[in-house]
Amino acid sequence: MAQALRAILPERAVLWQEEDTRPYECDGLTAYRQVPMVVALPETEEQVQAILRACHALGVAVVPRGAGTGLSGGALPPGDGVLLSLAKFMRIVRVDPVARIAVVQPGVRNLAISDAAAPFGLYYAPDPSSQIACTIGGNVAENSGGVHCLKYGLTVHNVLRVRGYAADGEPLDFGSEALDTPGLDLLALIVGSEGMLAVATEITVKLLPKPPAARVVMASFDDLQKAGDAVAAVIAAGIIPAGLEMMDRPATRAVEAFVGAGYDLEAAAILLAEADGLPEEVDEEIAKLSEVLTRAGATRLAVSRDEAERLRFWSGRKAAFPAMGRISPDYYCMDGTIPRKRLGEVLGFIGDMEKKYGLRCPNVFHAGDGNLHPLILFDANDAGELKRTEDFAAEVLHKCIAVGGTITGEHGVGVEKINEMCVQFSDAELELFHAVKRAYDPAGLLNPGKAVPTLARCAEFGRRHVHGGQLPHAALPRF
Amino acid sequence: MLAAIQERIRDAAARGERLRLRGGGSKDFYGGEPRGELLDTREHAGIVDYEPTELVVTARCGTPLAELEAALEERGQMLPFEPPHYGPGATLGGCVAAGLSGPRRAAAGAVRDFVLGARLLDGRARELAFGGRVMKNVAGYDVARLLAGSLGTLGLILEVSLKVLPRPAAELTLRLELPQDPALDALNRWAGQPLPVSASAWRGGELHLRLSGAEAAVRAAAGRIGGASLEPAQAASLWRGIREQSDRWFDGAGTLWRLSLPSAAPPLELPGEPLIEWGGALRWMKGAADAARVREAASRAGGHATLFRGGDKSAGVFAPLAPALARLHRELKSAFDPAGVFNPGRLYPEL
Repeated sequence: MAQALRAILPERAVLWQEEDTRPYECDGLTAYRQVPMVVALPETEEQVQAILRACHALGVAVVPRGAGTGLSGGALPPGDGVLLSLAKFMRIVRVDPVARIAVVQPGVRNLAISDAAAPFGLYYAPDPSSQIACTIGGNVAENSGGVHCLKYGLTVHNVLRVRGYAADGEPLDFGSEALDTPGLDLLALIVGSEGMLAVATEITVKLLPKPPAARVVMASFDDLQKAGDAVAAVIAAGIIPAGLEMMDRPATRAVEAFVGAGYDLEAAAILLAEADGLPEEVDEEIAKLSEVLTRAGATRLAVSRDEAERLRFWSGRKAAFPAMGRISPDYYCMDGTIPRKRLGEVLGFIGDMEKKYGLRCPNVFHAGDGNLHPLILFDANDAGELKRTEDFAAEVLHKCIAVGGTITGEHGVGVEKINEMCVQFSDAELELFHAVKRAYDPAGLLNPGKAVPTLARCAEFGRRHVHGGQLPHAALPRF
Repeated sequence: MLAAIQERIRDAAARGERLRLRGGGSKDFYGGEPRGELLDTREHAGIVDYEPTELVVTARCGTPLAELEAALEERGQMLPFEPPHYGPGATLGGCVAAGLSGPRRAAAGAVRDFVLGARLLDGRARELAFGGRVMKNVAGYDVARLLAGSLGTLGLILEVSLKVLPRPAAELTLRLELPQDPALDALNRWAGQPLPVSASAWRGGELHLRLSGAEAAVRAAAGRIGGASLEPAQAASLWRGIREQSDRWFDGAGTLWRLSLPSAAPPLELPGEPLIEWGGALRWMKGAADAARVREAASRAGGHATLFRGGDKSAGVFAPLAPALARLHRELKSAFDPAGVFNPGRLYPEL
């Protein structure tokens, strides 16, 4: 394989010695590691096509990779295949301020797009917390979100076009600079497909006008359920905040020690609600938010007075993950989404699981859209703790399904949550996913074994399918 | 009810027959000529779950769109994509299958942007559920969104969960006199500024702009844009006319072309003046222009043209697909509907 690649790539673009390939053994989910057989670092679309053709001819698996910041092992390499790094596709091809679009290569970092658009008063809206490092190619693969997606949408809402190649090297072009294309919406299908259907080599994104003003309200609550109800009250009042985030006390205490944001350490939960837009609009919304949150029982309320204070209020939330690294050797981040009204119940369940497994689990929560990030603290060097962590996480994900939610809101299935797919989907649904995969990649060479489990794997894992949507009150199956 | 539908699908698949999926029939005119034995979806109706504070509504395919919108309005919410009905009988299933969005599309998003989940019957009559009732969900391929605009070719959409939004606190429609070129320039310029423009329509030298949002934002934006403001009733009737194509511009339009273009595309060199929506991204052309010429002009501008109403459908309703995409369409069709039971030819002759 390395020889075949050396014939189509410059020598420096093919890595096959272990000292060179080892850095690619995992992505942001470090619990899973596998040194790839070969790493290819193409620089041109022609090279990507040639690599795919060569792999296809030899029946070798290909795993595309961006910055490797993914949290579900989606870029875990195949031991007997090629890791296709798109890290050299770093060019911003074009920013068109009139059409409000940016055409970029997949290796461009999420934040770099907004930086390039800033001189025109524009920005790219989805802002996953890894935005300084993660690439737009990875964002497309995972349909990444961020703290502003309730108002501004996910990657799928902000991408206009994806050009790339099928597993056999055939050029593909989904979407356009118009708002729709004829036929089936294949752009919607490619976004979030976890690198299983095609390799993207050029992406066109929408740019939005940067809101001239933004302020944030920080509200304390003495009870988690009250904080959850306050979120519902905000929505019921007809407000869609630009960001609406919640942290529980253990999370607040951990981040406060890390960043000193001035959080209320006595509160059972803290809610951050941001308003953005024209200054007049922000003032109006902040007044309304303050009123609603007070009526919902907030024990303390603080409104950011300037940009520095706004950023300080947010700093803790944005640093939640690294802050956990400070208080625990390891942490395991979950990503379930639930209907918000079930928040109290699910947090109560997580509390029970903390006792059952003897592990701590602070919670940060994209409250606006129901996306939970419980963080189980553990020590990976203790094999028993790792196993307990995995079991803890699995129970929480099953609970998310049982209350009508999903196992992953924005991090993807990858290898991490592949068993839980057997719980969320029926055999027939999984079969359809496989049929979709075959439509794009009949030989099954692109990122094989990720995202969709085989039925055999599910049979081995045990039949545990509960239909969240259909039976919102289904009892949690016990094993 | 469901069991009977499943039986019909299985039966049709076994006999090599075709089914024509149809709700209220309000969009019979759209797409390829409907063929096959009629399967009426209207009995499978009703709102299954609506939690205004979750911003999610779940309803069955046969639910009248008007009923769904009324239920949302009662709680101060709306379907953000402002779908056209094109007739009193429009259903939710037809709305999603057609994938057509109304005046708010450029600002808020399209049908597909608000589809969170769906249940469907595939060509083997299997009941399948994708997506869900939550805002963020990346488990599995996004099959639910793929159904929006599929014209019933992939399966019978049984139930859909949609994200909904609060109705804007304030709304104001402005009228400005502007020729086509400067109107397109202004629309693109405004779209690059933080202004709460929620709809636009240009026709006959007159540009209408709708502003929606917080009271203060609407007032500030109106001051900046200028023009004359319309009375609320007058404004509502204007946007209804644009959305439902009952506006006088559409009078006597035998053949109607829908051109979806990059918003900044200059005026096309085609006979007659268009009606322009979506900040320049949607342009309607009427009259019997040569199909090849319209398609060519749209494609050169980076978009595509659909023969929306009337005209000679033999030349194809939708712009032809590139060979690689056409192959994917055929493969996906056979993944969902191997026996080719559903809505043959409605999207493309070979599907």
